[in-house]
Amino acid sequence: MSDSAYIELDLQHGWTDFGLRVEARLPVSGVTAIFGHSGSGKTTLLRCIAGLERARGGRVTVAGECWQDESRGLFVPPHKRALGYVFQEASLFPHLSVRRNLEYGQRRIPASERRISLDQAVELLGIGHLLERSPQRLSGGERQRVGIARALATSPRLLLLDEPLAALDQRRKQEVLPYLARLHAELGIPMLYVSHSLAEVTRLADHMLYLEGGAVRAAGPLNRVLTSAELPLAHLDEAETALEGQIEAHDEAFQLSYVRVPGGRLALPLTELPAGRAVRVGIQARDVSLALEKPQRSSILNQLQGQVLDVLHEPDSAQSLVRIDLGGAVLLSRITRRSAVELELRGGIQVYAQIKAVALVN
Amino acid sequence: MPSAVDLSAVRLTIELAGLTTLILMVVGTPIAWWLATTRSRLRGLFGALVALPLVLPPSVLGFYLLVSLGPRGPLGALTQWLGLGLLPFTFAGLVVGSVFYSMPFVVQPLQQAFEAIGKRPLEVAATLRASPLDTFFSVVLPLARPGFITAAILGFAHTVGEFGVVLMIGGNIPERTRVVSVQIYDHVEALEYAEAHWLAGGMLVFSFLVLLALYTFNSRKRMV
Repeated sequence: MSDSAYIELDLQHGWTDFGLRVEARLPVSGVTAIFGHSGSGKTTLLRCIAGLERARGGRVTVAGECWQDESRGLFVPPHKRALGYVFQEASLFPHLSVRRNLEYGQRRIPASERRISLDQAVELLGIGHLLERSPQRLSGGERQRVGIARALATSPRLLLLDEPLAALDQRRKQEVLPYLARLHAELGIPMLYVSHSLAEVTRLADHMLYLEGGAVRAAGPLNRVLTSAELPLAHLDEAETALEGQIEAHDEAFQLSYVRVPGGRLALPLTELPAGRAVRVGIQARDVSLALEKPQRSSILNQLQGQVLDVLHEPDSAQSLVRIDLGGAVLLSRITRRSAVELELRGGIQVYAQIKAVALVN
Repeated sequence: MPSAVDLSAVRLTIELAGLTTLILMVVGTPIAWWLATTRSRLRGLFGALVALPLVLPPSVLGFYLLVSLGPRGPLGALTQWLGLGLLPFTFAGLVVGSVFYSMPFVVQPLQQAFEAIGKRPLEVAATLRASPLDTFFSVVLPLARPGFITAAILGFAHTVGEFGVVLMIGGNIPERTRVVSVQIYDHVEALEYAEAHWLAGGMLVFSFLVLLALYTFNSRKRMV
């Protein structure tokens, strides 16, 4: 039985030293991050979904369309799958201009399936001024933007991205990221985004498939996986929570914008986004301190109210991790173990989370 | 001055080399593609077979071709059954011999060019909806163009320079199988050194210019 709202994966692919055993059901909407360390099998999984590698056994069904079913000997070759693939290196065709690169895929799909025009793809990635150039004369970031536009121009039903930013330096990453965020916001194309960068995932993903040693360690909505006590993500130094919110109002006098999130209202540096716009904020666990009573006369504007879920003492460390239920989302706070003990923090207690730094990530 | 006989040898040589190169480009491309992309265990075997003329004395190759193309050889039986008659001591026989003889000079540059392209451009093309055949013509051919030029030049030049195979299966028949290299040999045998100089000098200049063109082309390619 296959459901048109899901990407259903049941794949076994293996060598003697490394095997991929993935059974998962991913939503056909938004961005699903395939997250894991190098060697966890993320890229292999993506290549199997695309058909660039043929998993020895299993099934791939995307939105009700079966791409592979080894029990029936069915294997749709990659060029017959309505997918877009963005490689780690943009891999533009060096013998074709940027425009020709973009047209390459678009010309190969029937006109009736062209839902994204070339102009639209060009505009979304901001590459209008590069069209007549040769790929050799582009920067790394520009190349990757052309690579993404080229994949979009085939109007894929599923866009697969294999660490599209990993080969870029920090500045180029910052150049390309907003475009990826824009795709997410403006196109209805579901994306599978392979990454080992928590910052990218927090910014772009709605769901997460967490791989470890070729198997699924966890899968679910981003906030739940990021804050799960059983997973290592919440215990990382750079542990971060993503909260979904909505811009409520702007305050020109103080140069602030207010965002409604579960547990309260956050003040951020003034943004140009209109009131009502759905946004996502990222909050690092180490930027969250806790108080048992509503802090009065504090310089910290951002206070959210919630209930402690649990307190996890990190072994061999002065730190404790507190998970707070904001009503619909979980916030992480890293405080000293001494504070946790002195405040007698435990599950069920009402707390006020004071947040030193909030970033609008989407 | 070269005589009319010399000029006819030159014309015959160019015809032979041109036709051989043409056939080799058509036959050699799929062989080179297979060798560059296959994971089959037979790859080593066929690679060695293609490369054999590089190390084999041309007279050995010519001898076996003569025997197998002859009236009692398997290829001879085939050509007779097809109504083509017997090929030894004909221009067609020379072409067949040259194709075998120059095969590695065409297949190896093509194979190297295909291998240099790697798997990635093919995968990219597949994710952009190009079938394998479409990919070959729209991606592989243009990317391997320098390899094709090198292969054609080497195939042509090497066929022009052959001697042993020609003598074995072509003999020395004016207008039909007497090519430049054989004609030079004849001149020297007859102590006609002046005539030999014309042709030998011409071959020297031709070979040098071909290689010069090839090396200039290849080094410019590398700088881009």
